[in-house]
Amino acid sequence: MAYGLHTPEDRARMLEAIGVASVDDLFADIPVSLRAQGLNLPPPESEAELADRLCDLADRNRVDLASFLGAGAYRHYVPAVVDQLLLRGEFYTAYTPYQPEISQGTLQTIYEYQSLLGELTGMDVVSASHYDGATAAAEGALMACRATRRERVLVSRAVHPHYRETIRTYFSGGEIAMEQIPLVAEGPAAGTTDLAALERMLADSDRPVAGVVVANPSFLGLLEPMAEVGRLVHSAGAIFVAVVEPVSLAVLAAPAAYGADIAVGEGQPLGIPLSYGGPYLGILGCREALVRQIPGRLVGMTTDVDGRRAFVMTLRAREQDIRREKASSNICTNQALCALAASVYLAAIGPHGLRDAAAMGAARATQLEAALAAAGAPRLHSAPYLNEFAVRVPDAAGIHRRLLGRGVLAGLVLAEVEPGDASLADALLVCATEVTTGREIETFATALCEEIERGRQLALPGIGESAGGRRLAGGSL
Amino acid sequence: MSAAGDRLGPTLFERSRHGRGGGKIPHPPKDALSRIPADLLRTEGPNLPELAEPEVTRHYVNLSQLNYAVDTGFYPLGSCTMKFSPKINEWAARLPGFAALHPFAPDEIAQGMLQLLWELEQALAEIGGMQAVTLQPAAGAHGELTGILMVRAYHRSRGDLTRTEVLVPDSAHGTNPATASMAGFKTVSIPSAPDGGVDVAAFRAALGPQTAAVMITNPSTLGLFESRIGELLDAVHEAGALAYMDGANLNAIMGRFKPGEAGFDVMHINVHKTFSTPHGGGGPGAGPVGVGERLLPFLPSPRVLREPDGSFRLERSGERPTSIGRVRSFAGNAGVLVRAYAYIRAHGAAGLCEVSDDAVLAANYLKARLGGVLDVPFSRPCMHEFVASGATLKRETGCRTLDVAKRLIDYGFHPPTIYFPLTVEEALLIEPTETEALETLDLFVEALGRIVGEAHQDPELLHAAPTSSPVRRLDETTAARQPNLRWGTMIGSRTPCPD
Repeated sequence: MAYGLHTPEDRARMLEAIGVASVDDLFADIPVSLRAQGLNLPPPESEAELADRLCDLADRNRVDLASFLGAGAYRHYVPAVVDQLLLRGEFYTAYTPYQPEISQGTLQTIYEYQSLLGELTGMDVVSASHYDGATAAAEGALMACRATRRERVLVSRAVHPHYRETIRTYFSGGEIAMEQIPLVAEGPAAGTTDLAALERMLADSDRPVAGVVVANPSFLGLLEPMAEVGRLVHSAGAIFVAVVEPVSLAVLAAPAAYGADIAVGEGQPLGIPLSYGGPYLGILGCREALVRQIPGRLVGMTTDVDGRRAFVMTLRAREQDIRREKASSNICTNQALCALAASVYLAAIGPHGLRDAAAMGAARATQLEAALAAAGAPRLHSAPYLNEFAVRVPDAAGIHRRLLGRGVLAGLVLAEVEPGDASLADALLVCATEVTTGREIETFATALCEEIERGRQLALPGIGESAGGRRLAGGSL
Repeated sequence: MSAAGDRLGPTLFERSRHGRGGGKIPHPPKDALSRIPADLLRTEGPNLPELAEPEVTRHYVNLSQLNYAVDTGFYPLGSCTMKFSPKINEWAARLPGFAALHPFAPDEIAQGMLQLLWELEQALAEIGGMQAVTLQPAAGAHGELTGILMVRAYHRSRGDLTRTEVLVPDSAHGTNPATASMAGFKTVSIPSAPDGGVDVAAFRAALGPQTAAVMITNPSTLGLFESRIGELLDAVHEAGALAYMDGANLNAIMGRFKPGEAGFDVMHINVHKTFSTPHGGGGPGAGPVGVGERLLPFLPSPRVLREPDGSFRLERSGERPTSIGRVRSFAGNAGVLVRAYAYIRAHGAAGLCEVSDDAVLAANYLKARLGGVLDVPFSRPCMHEFVASGATLKRETGCRTLDVAKRLIDYGFHPPTIYFPLTVEEALLIEPTETEALETLDLFVEALGRIVGEAHQDPELLHAAPTSSPVRRLDETTAARQPNLRWGTMIGSRTPCPD
């Protein structure tokens, strides 16, 4: 076995101490009729062979493209110090700090994470971490229901589709209803959450609303009228759940400033690799009045018997191992190491670095917007955005596919994730961050322009056939 | 002050000095944000600490040294399977082809990752004796929720809306009843029999047309294999309910018992336990869920599909309407799953069987050796872990299991899980895993023997323990009554204790 230590002599000594003849005897409690006969799996591999296999698999993923893909997971520059520190075995091979006397490293880093995210969001309490943005959003919605004892949650259609689906799945066990708030169809606010519709939905006094979930920036990259949303939600006695993106919070108004009661979001942009979707970091914070509703671990500052400052998991009576079926959630294992990555990232780049990352992304996105518009792909909406936006492209799926062959990952084909939404039928969602280069933007715009032109030529009535006809005619001559 | 005490350091916020740091991110043009209306922007920057890289490094390295970890010593934390995490797995997850791959990357540029995930699903299905596996859940408890929501969807699909209860043995992990509640079910607790197994009579009496599922941990949290499992599973299915297997203890039974083949309908697997992915100070893990025939249609979306031409793709949105839907964003904790895949390939069939055999051997060895030191309530062979009890010691010396655990720290060991399962008085749940040398196990036995001696001769040594750790016992009461959960903010002054 690859990582075992027992020699045949060790095993013999252990069997003797136990008083059995063979290991098989230890499995006597398994009924004979239910015993398995080994495993049908490939044979073991040496580390050298395994390394080769893993490299082969990794090499069959393309990560060298000029990428404009965001849509909930973002590339950022991660300082080298972050991963060097994450490789400390004392951090990554420890478990949940149940024994605080020998877990102060983990405990203090979690406390610092809670504090750093508290600064970014303005929330009084931030949990030690949740699984990802989508599950944090679902838990935020459940918190709103518990706090208000109501069973109706409104979610903006501009919240990430995966988050909406996850909320729906989380609700499928109970009586809670999820309804989607439509988006403004046209005009300067097109694509943002429809405030008039929200007001109407909140006004139904027979079915009081527990919580309202709105994202800023939205899935479509737009900046939402969060302050107005907050006023409407609170006047209906409901809880305002804001879905946020943490790097943007260096420059955008904080959830606490526009009245959010709960802030949730995907922490991946804070120094965590893309890794095909995880492990990421669910950010979940709230105002202090909701602290007894927050799921998952919390670390607090205290002292030891000698009066030394120390940290410990606290308010544990919310958790499943104490409260069992009455717990605020079933969460146990969280994403602690990802929270550590976020903390080290923030410590390494500091407030100015974070602001630079957010503002540089905005500056690159401005360039991208101009270049794509010039190439024939104008923005789909006109509301303000930070670093991500949708553009209208004829035959978006076809062009996206052809650009892939030219080394460009042209964002996300919106119709693939929102197949039912006609307004997004021919659109790409693109983003820029501080790692997007001017050269990448130029490559994208040039290739896009050529592909749009090619598509236009092919689409002109008669041209496609006659061109083909000429080629055919030429061939027959 | 001791060397350890010296390492207790300031927080990031105390280390901060205005003007330090910088040089990591390029500066944007001054007008970068001028197109954004001022009322949408932050008026004041966040009050984050300002530090330079040398002190960031020292801050975290010093903090790391305050931790006990598998890489530093024996960590026999029962029910957590704190085995060694192989280093090549860390290397593999960081290969750019995996780490830099965007979750929305089109299938044609993610074939290596999709193949890895597909092969991992097949391997886990084989190990669990299941028809299919989803890798989406982020942790064991998340897998439980996924599984129980599938159970709910199954009964609903048959028009059976009367099943409102989930049966859970009283020795179960707290996640089981908490999961049942989250999925909208009422938990019915089943008592344990004197031999540590499920009380079959009570179990049969509780089963009925109102039962949606039974959640069984096998081996149980007492480290015992449920020898009447066949009978129990038959009873579950006769009642029209489904059987959920909590796979937290899979490390004991690989190649010896396949839950799906034995009749379980659904199980989760903690890859951060059995398949060595590191615990990370509390996470991340991954909680794949295997299902049998009955629950196949309800698996969360998207599944990884293999096309007839041998290529792989993710299921499209809405492609399988019977699915319970997504349980999270994207496809799962892929970075964790790469590690689990590497672990399984390194071991192969024979190696995984040996893992379980050695884990069970080590646990039985410790149990035999500790028989004269502490109470060992269940005499039959254990699986990968066993329960000891400090009940006699407490009666004779006044020293509780908590004191024994804290004194173990002074002897250089991480304590076992204590006061769990709830069904055993003064419990210690001890899980050595297969990656500890016999010498280490012997030292652990010796330490516990000495501690029991101390309890009789000088109990104050135990009450005062630990004394060698960076800090000593903490004031947990004040921490809960006046919670300080964020630097610079004391919320306790305004909020009554929620406990």
